Amino acid sequence: MTSDIAAILAIDGIATGAVYALVAIGTVLIFTVTRVIFIPFGDIAAFTALTLAALDAKRFPGTGALVVILACLATLIEIISMVRSGELRLLPRALLFYLALPLAVVGLAWLAMRAEPPLAVRLVLALMLITPIAPLLDRIVFRPIADGTVLLLLTVSVALHFALVGLGLLFFGPEGVRTEPLTSLSTELAGVLISGQTMLIVIAALVFSGLLYLFFDFTLVGKSLRATAVNRTGSRLMGIRPARAGTIAYLLGSLMAGVSGILIAPVNTVFYDSGFLIGLKAFVGAIVGGMTSYPGAAIGAVGVGLLESFASFESSALKDVIVFSLLIPILIWRSLASLHSDEEIEE
Amino acid sequence: MSGMFSMTDVTVCYDNVEAVRNVSLSIEEGQIVTVIGPNGAGKTTLLMAAIGLLASRGRLLFQGNDIGRMSVEDRVERRLCLVPEKRELFSDMSVADNLLLGSYSLRDRSGVQKTLDEVYDRFPRLKERQRQAAGTLSGGERQMLALGRALMAKPKLLMLDEPSLGLAPLIVREIFRTIASLRDLGVSILLVEQNARAALETADYGYVLETGEVVQSGPAKDLIHDPRLITAYLGGH
Repeated sequence: MTSDIAAILAIDGIATGAVYALVAIGTVLIFTVTRVIFIPFGDIAAFTALTLAALDAKRFPGTGALVVILACLATLIEIISMVRSGELRLLPRALLFYLALPLAVVGLAWLAMRAEPPLAVRLVLALMLITPIAPLLDRIVFRPIADGTVLLLLTVSVALHFALVGLGLLFFGPEGVRTEPLTSLSTELAGVLISGQTMLIVIAALVFSGLLYLFFDFTLVGKSLRATAVNRTGSRLMGIRPARAGTIAYLLGSLMAGVSGILIAPVNTVFYDSGFLIGLKAFVGAIVGGMTSYPGAAIGAVGVGLLESFASFESSALKDVIVFSLLIPILIWRSLASLHSDEEIEE
Repeated sequence: MSGMFSMTDVTVCYDNVEAVRNVSLSIEEGQIVTVIGPNGAGKTTLLMAAIGLLASRGRLLFQGNDIGRMSVEDRVERRLCLVPEKRELFSDMSVADNLLLGSYSLRDRSGVQKTLDEVYDRFPRLKERQRQAAGTLSGGERQMLALGRALMAKPKLLMLDEPSLGLAPLIVREIFRTIASLRDLGVSILLVEQNARAALETADYGYVLETGEVVQSGPAKDLIHDPRLITAYLGGH
């Protein structure tokens, strides 16, 4: 391998890693706030790509129908829960957040589609359509078992992924899509050609990570999410509602997964079931960060991207084997590290 | 029973075991009430039920409203605050952020900075360490932070669970002086303490809890001279 090839592979790896980083950060965010390892995040990314492709093709995406069905289900479950707890006074609020807002988003997207909007508007529409999905799934699936063990939540999360893959086939069909590049610019750096799309991916990952940092450090809502992640009981005693914190975390995580889906769609063909591998590789990155550290998850995800890129060059068939084999030494290292800290706590 | 806060025939169970049985107590506005008793008497359980972290049977009234079915968060929004025994600080976050989060439940944010300044005036040590992570504070500073954080919510009723636990005698005196001074702010206090002498010296009224039941109650100045309590809890003979 020459240095030129290594440089090209490194740039490619960083770009892929940046996409995984967005999903990995979202995964860590959800896990720390809700204890759910949200496996379907990759599906959210893939669905965003498919949604954008449908919008590009001037078709109203299946995501709209999915959001409507989920909104109706979530509202029904919320009403039943309110009747049981005798808190029907909260009904207007529930109708607003679980029914009116998601339906308004779908309605807005449907109306906007008729005006044949430009690419920038289509990107916003795709993100708008995708962001309600995870918070609605949280209300339907995870909130009733919020006090369950992490293992139970993970098992349900895996089941939810398979359900979403099935729904993906139903709503988007079996065809793969590749959207038009967001930019046709390119530049040369130290003799290596870098496409505008690659630069855009890296810049987007940096910008969204930076925005998340600002959100967590400089807003009360961001701090409340961190507090919920650090100490659930303590945060409840401050009046921070774990369910609301969870909804915000799912919204933010969905946004990040959605952005990664938009970024990856012009460079990879995305199918209804492509999300699994994206989510799983991001999950490997998140594990490198111990599922609690955002910078750790981002670094881990970029590492996965680099490893994947170089592994593809050496043996395309074995690239996934190599990436997932990385999990074994990391898990051993992590388990030894956590054993050490347990001993420290006991002391 | 009336008052700003009252519990009537409250029973709390862990599985099928009754940890607290038919307890009734009442707190008037601006009053400091203490619950003393041995380890395992159910004191912490009582506070956990009062804030809603544990389900209970019986009647819980706060400012005339039944709060028995309300969530923890709804009770906090009504300015019922608990400083738990474990403090439950956000250890990775700064002292300033911990205090700011104490005010999370306040809808009117205009007075938050003023309250923060008041907390810093009351605990100058916290101001010195405002950028430091809460997890790096000493035991006394952590208790000050826990108290300061609760005060940020402008509580009407402040429930304190073992505020002196694990602290040096000098710090314990400082903490109790602070608790007594909160009376001037019009804050009602429910104080659960193993340090019975310090608690009764600070409180207006006291309850003695043994094996989940109230076995004695009365003005704190009377309880502190009660021969049985002197023998059992106040280190006398």
